[in-house]
Amino acid sequence: MSALVTLDKVTYSVGERRILDEISLSLTAGEITSLIGPNGAGKTTLVSLLLGLSQPSSGRVERQRGLRIGYMPQKLTLNAGLPLSVDRFLALTGAGSRARRESLELAGASQLVGHSMHGLSGGETQRVLLARALLAKPQLLVLDEPAQGVDISGQQELYAKISELRNQLGCAVLVVSHDLHWVMAQTDSVICLNRHICCHGHPQSISSDPGYLTLFGDKEAPVLAPYVHEHDHDHSMHGDVVDGGCQHD
Amino acid sequence: MTDLLLYALTAGLLLVIPAGPLGSIILWQRMAYYGDTLAHSALLGVALGLLLDTQVEFTVIAVCVVLALVLGPLHRISGNNLDSLLGIAAHTSLALGLVSVSLQSGAIDLNAYLFGDILAVRASDLGLLAAISLLCTGLILWRWNALVAIATHRDLAQVEGLPVARLEILQMVLIALLVAVGMKIVGVLLISALLIIPAATAGRLSRTPEQVALGAIACGCLAVFGGLYSAWQLDTPAGPSIVVFAAALFFLLLPVGRSRRRV
Repeated sequence: MSALVTLDKVTYSVGERRILDEISLSLTAGEITSLIGPNGAGKTTLVSLLLGLSQPSSGRVERQRGLRIGYMPQKLTLNAGLPLSVDRFLALTGAGSRARRESLELAGASQLVGHSMHGLSGGETQRVLLARALLAKPQLLVLDEPAQGVDISGQQELYAKISELRNQLGCAVLVVSHDLHWVMAQTDSVICLNRHICCHGHPQSISSDPGYLTLFGDKEAPVLAPYVHEHDHDHSMHGDVVDGGCQHD
Repeated sequence: MTDLLLYALTAGLLLVIPAGPLGSIILWQRMAYYGDTLAHSALLGVALGLLLDTQVEFTVIAVCVVLALVLGPLHRISGNNLDSLLGIAAHTSLALGLVSVSLQSGAIDLNAYLFGDILAVRASDLGLLAAISLLCTGLILWRWNALVAIATHRDLAQVEGLPVARLEILQMVLIALLVAVGMKIVGVLLISALLIIPAATAGRLSRTPEQVALGAIACGCLAVFGGLYSAWQLDTPAGPSIVVFAAALFFLLLPVGRSRRRV
């Protein structure tokens, strides 16, 4: 399978501070890749580089020509003076009414079509954002912490939906997630990020990788548990790895 | 006598038509302070125009557009930095404008620029005003959906393929143009009020972005009628009277908006 997006030794710094250090990865068509890592690991920065929203300080980001990306941002802060119905929100993409109806249905949010965006619950908002991402008829779906602000049963539904959508649409998915259970059970490839890529691979191989074990311990993957990030290496003031503790290439 | 009033009325209406939708977008983008900064800098344009002995409108447009383009990229910086930068730019350019106008020979009525003089609008002014009003309204209509999309979620709009950076420049230039022509009507100190207040009034009562824009135009028109009526009957200054009417409308409709907000 060809790579949809390839990052080649991508580094991103703000001033003196290195947010991301020599990230190389590629996203393959049809695969679910999950991106995990502690807060401040640079997950959202990596996503925005991937999407072309910001440019790397060095290294290259290559997207396949004409790649259709569906993006679901971490959160939506709507201005109170901007009244929008769910349908109008989707129409901002310029999509026709039939496409809007279909993608709401795909996201499992048909019943919300006439609702005001301002009255939606966390879970409903995420569904609508998912519907909007699907309007692009994406080859790659990028979801930045899709379960944020969603209650626990809603989270499981949402994750099940994502797996289902991949099978239905055959698109690649990159998802920033905190749900290790789902990550391990349902994703094809896992990237552990902590400013650099600590480890990267199939969930089964990852869970025995020393880099993963030091991040998440060798307990069974917990269900919806917040994880603790244990450092096996130190970071300098600027976040550079001082002592390379990851025992992989 | 009636000609005077007719010109004033036409000028006011020509201003509030593009100001409605543009003001709505400024509000949604939380850029109210931007409009203020551009408006204050207009006085620098006035000074420059007097210095070069050309038509003031053109130098005002030039100064506003240049400042809009310089400040445009700053919009992405958030937080206190931007606030203080805009504050410095706004008041420095206002003060600089006031000082340089005062240095020039001849008595210049600064009030006309600070608070506008809609009753001094002549038939010859209406041409430029109509052209700019038409241009702004046309451009906003043309890219309306995209501008609302950017105001809703900038990153999402960009991933979806909108030329966000270019549209933001367009928006800046539109504000600059309106400020430049609005100066004559309500003055540099109050022009951003005419952009913001009608949009804020309509925003509370509407269910779609289009209703906000149209409602803002309607509120703006009412304010122009009211302001001119009061200027004519009570001899109040026309520009500030228009703004007072716009604000009165906002407060009058406050209870109405609240009851419908969360239906």
